[in-house]
Amino acid sequence: MADETFSKLTHKELFTGFFEAGVTGFGGVLPVARRMIVDKRKWMTQAQFNDLFSLCQFLPGANIVNFAFALGVRERGVSGAAVAILGLLGAPMGIVLVLGALYARYGAMPVARHALAGLAAAAAGLVVGTALKISAPVFARQTNIALAVCVCALVLFGHFSLHTTMALALPVSLFFAWKTE
Amino acid sequence: MLVSLALLFGKLSLLAVGGINSTLPEIAREVVALRHWLTPQQFAQLFAISNAAPGPNMLISTMIGAREDGILGGIVASLAMILPAGVLVMLVDLFWERYRAARWRRVIQAALLPITAGLVLAAAGVLVRQADTGPLTGAVTLVCAALAWRSSLHPLWLLGGGALIGLVLL
Repeated sequence: MADETFSKLTHKELFTGFFEAGVTGFGGVLPVARRMIVDKRKWMTQAQFNDLFSLCQFLPGANIVNFAFALGVRERGVSGAAVAILGLLGAPMGIVLVLGALYARYGAMPVARHALAGLAAAAAGLVVGTALKISAPVFARQTNIALAVCVCALVLFGHFSLHTTMALALPVSLFFAWKTE
Repeated sequence: MLVSLALLFGKLSLLAVGGINSTLPEIAREVVALRHWLTPQQFAQLFAISNAAPGPNMLISTMIGAREDGILGGIVASLAMILPAGVLVMLVDLFWERYRAARWRRVIQAALLPITAGLVLAAAGVLVRQADTGPLTGAVTLVCAALAWRSSLHPLWLLGGGALIGLVLL
């Protein structure tokens, strides 16, 4: 059983698996990628998936893209990572390039402008919802609330750059985490 | 232009703690406020389109790159956004197992949580400021935020509903 789980994936499997997750991942690829990897293709157990995913969240970058890099390189080295990424991103990139061209051409037409304004308002709402979901568990600790509010205010109202904000907030946050963990 | 796209998104790649959403304020600051490539409304719309399309949300970098320098610009911006972080994750994965339970690892992870939360809240603020130009768009955002937070409704329904409301009522 263990052998079956750990038998190496082929380049083709890596490509088609991540391709499927990429083109069906509307509004977030994580749920469909998890279903593909753990439930359908049984490439990993849920625990193995969580473990690798936590590394991808820990490091900078798009989480699911990081995941494709890490799994691809584990299975087939650098070329494995390349086909996993190509599978994940090739088709979606083609789609947004077409959409971007349509936007540049027709985005100013009244009909398109109105629909896009509504679409943008909805997308902003989605991010507000995501922010609330992320924040709720983090805010169990009061120092976390203070830190998050400071970071948000620096960026939103102080127009601080991301690296300045990180340089200011990370040492403080590390200090509190070091005391409590 | 290709070089400046590569440098901009390469830098953002390594600063993207907690995913792409937390770097949105910085992307907006760079391409809207500093470089004037896009108006605030255009940024909000490109972000919305990349959200409505299938695939990871780093596709906003593809769209910005393509707007500045065609298909090649889109590809360069995307590669710059994924490669530095991707190389880092592949290298760290080689010796990650050894430090899985290490205290410093838990400390860093815990320290990043409130910063990520603050950055994503700021991203929400930036997008609201850009997208909500009147009472109707404000109402759409409010309803979508509540539904995204509290229900398990698929995001595509919310985006489609928002576009339809804009089309009919605006």
